[in-house]
Amino acid sequence: MSATPAQDKSTAVVQAQGLSQIYRIGQGLLRPAALLHAAQNLSFRIDAGRTLAVVGESGCGKSTLARMVALAEAPASGSLLMGGIQVAGASGAQHSILRQRVQMVFQNPYASLNPRQRIGQILQGPLQINTTLNPQAQRVQAAQMLEQVGLRPEHIDRYPHMFSGGQRQRIAIARALMLSPSLLVADEPVSALDVSIQAQILNLLADLQASLGLAYLFISHDLGVVRHIAHDVLVMYLGHTMEQGDKKTIFERPLHPYTQALLGSTPTLRRGFPGAKRMVLQGELPSPLAPPSGCVFSTRCPHATLRCHKERPVLQAFHGRLIACHEAATLAELTVVADTGTH
Amino acid sequence: MPLLDIAGLYVDFPSHQGVLHAVDDLRLQLEAGEVLGIVGESGSGKSVSMMALMGLIPFPGRVRAQHLSFAGQDILRVNETTRRSIVGKDIAMIFQDPMTSLNPCFTVEFQITESLRLHKGLTRKQARLRACELLEQVGIADPIKRLAAYPHQLSGGMSQRVMIAMAIACQPKLLIADEPTTALDVTVQAQILDLLATLQKEQDMAMVLISHNLGVVSEVAQRVAVMYAGQIVESQNAQKIFDAPEHPYTQALLQAMPERSSGQARLHTIAGMVPGMLDRPPGCLFAPRCSRAQAQCATPAPVHNTPQGQVRCHLPGSALEEQMA
Repeated sequence: MSATPAQDKSTAVVQAQGLSQIYRIGQGLLRPAALLHAAQNLSFRIDAGRTLAVVGESGCGKSTLARMVALAEAPASGSLLMGGIQVAGASGAQHSILRQRVQMVFQNPYASLNPRQRIGQILQGPLQINTTLNPQAQRVQAAQMLEQVGLRPEHIDRYPHMFSGGQRQRIAIARALMLSPSLLVADEPVSALDVSIQAQILNLLADLQASLGLAYLFISHDLGVVRHIAHDVLVMYLGHTMEQGDKKTIFERPLHPYTQALLGSTPTLRRGFPGAKRMVLQGELPSPLAPPSGCVFSTRCPHATLRCHKERPVLQAFHGRLIACHEAATLAELTVVADTGTH
Repeated sequence: MPLLDIAGLYVDFPSHQGVLHAVDDLRLQLEAGEVLGIVGESGSGKSVSMMALMGLIPFPGRVRAQHLSFAGQDILRVNETTRRSIVGKDIAMIFQDPMTSLNPCFTVEFQITESLRLHKGLTRKQARLRACELLEQVGIADPIKRLAAYPHQLSGGMSQRVMIAMAIACQPKLLIADEPTTALDVTVQAQILDLLATLQKEQDMAMVLISHNLGVVSEVAQRVAVMYAGQIVESQNAQKIFDAPEHPYTQALLQAMPERSSGQARLHTIAGMVPGMLDRPPGCLFAPRCSRAQAQCATPAPVHNTPQGQVRCHLPGSALEEQMA
């Protein structure tokens, strides 16, 4: 995270400052288009070998963030530095290098592989476009990559339908790794998989990170998975950062009411997340087209005050993390009291 | 007499390559007012077994059972009229994806009142009043306005509330919830689980909660059945199954959960894959993936009765005890 000065000296794999994205939503022929602020003022950095997990409910802007970092769309404002290169001002040649440095793994392995292509074709695709290797060399690389993700090299001539969900996700990961990227953007990579398969894929991702020094931007709504794989956590709600910090700080002592609610409403086996009380939020996510004035979470927040409804809180450092909440200090005292009360 | 008593239930799907045994010798009993959780990975037969009870198995699937009794009546052997008077009234079901299980062409009112008018013989006016009550009961604000809404006007959580209202409309004795929260966000999931738990207590319904998420099941269920490749491999009291499971599959499944491995770099995994239709092992179905498998596991696993449930295994026992010893 940006807080530690020691890390600032080395070059981050990706460093984002004030990233925002705005979509224009057509409302019909005669009405002006509405503006949807899908992401607002997001800042973070990911170093090699680190995982930043982005959590939040559907519609909170996680995938918008993923698409911006994966260079699939340009941010409306803010700066994105990748390996020291400013993305917005990059030349065409630089762009093609940047695109090789970041690759993406999608949620549904049944939809993200072309059913008409053999595994070999799928894996060689990135090489054909970006390298000058001859087809034999490409095939050798594809076979090696299959082995690296835990599949047998002789599977190279099979079609995707001959594989199970977990195996397909391995193929999707193999495809993402073909160009030796430094950053992998994984958008809910395990949420379509069963528990035992999910464990295999999470292990694979951890192994690859250890051996290749990959940085991950890991998007997930499953806090159990996030707690296992992440180093840093960014909690989003309606396009805004609510709380951001290293995993230990956030999970052991969540201070933002939304983080607390997420932890408190995640079903767990009896014991629950340590430090999280069972808590059920009322209501549903407001429309991102008409976000609440003031703090965007104020309409569902159990601690909201008059100020929260009027004034939008700024993200600021507090107790070893970044938090956007007017009541952070009060809530911190509350959790201290609760902690001393239970022990 | 248990409310639901299933013995020797088989559901087979014949195909060109052979017969797929989706459910294999399922035995299950459920008392009135009890909450049973069924967990298992995809393809383990958890949904299909309950669809067989509802009579929703599509052609060419075949359902056979020693008996499939609900409140003393064998659903497979009663005539169609009687069956229809039970299913949808005394047994109701909620499906996984609320966005696709409501009919987009009809209003919420039509869909809720349909079963009320059919099963309870209410007039249009009475049904409308009752529908209003139901929407209020499932926590929908402004029910009169919502009655006129079409499904596309509702959010996911709201649609699932409407589905629940439809299911409890005739005050069923048994509610089957098939992955009711899988398509929803965590905060909404918690709301829906709370709602189901409240309704279950208020109306003293029995409930079967099907889920692949062990956390969801542990929050609601009193008793848990774990399914693997069409068989129930273990069924126990909920506390016991999560604290000291006896079947190696249950143990492996719990160990594979990220929340059980805090601080460890690697998660436990289960080697191999669920057997498909053509590679079912002749003996115990889990034996090829089981870390404890012995020579005797090449024969079908017997069902052991334990103080609080049943285990289908040659070598049941707590792995934790072994590690401790």
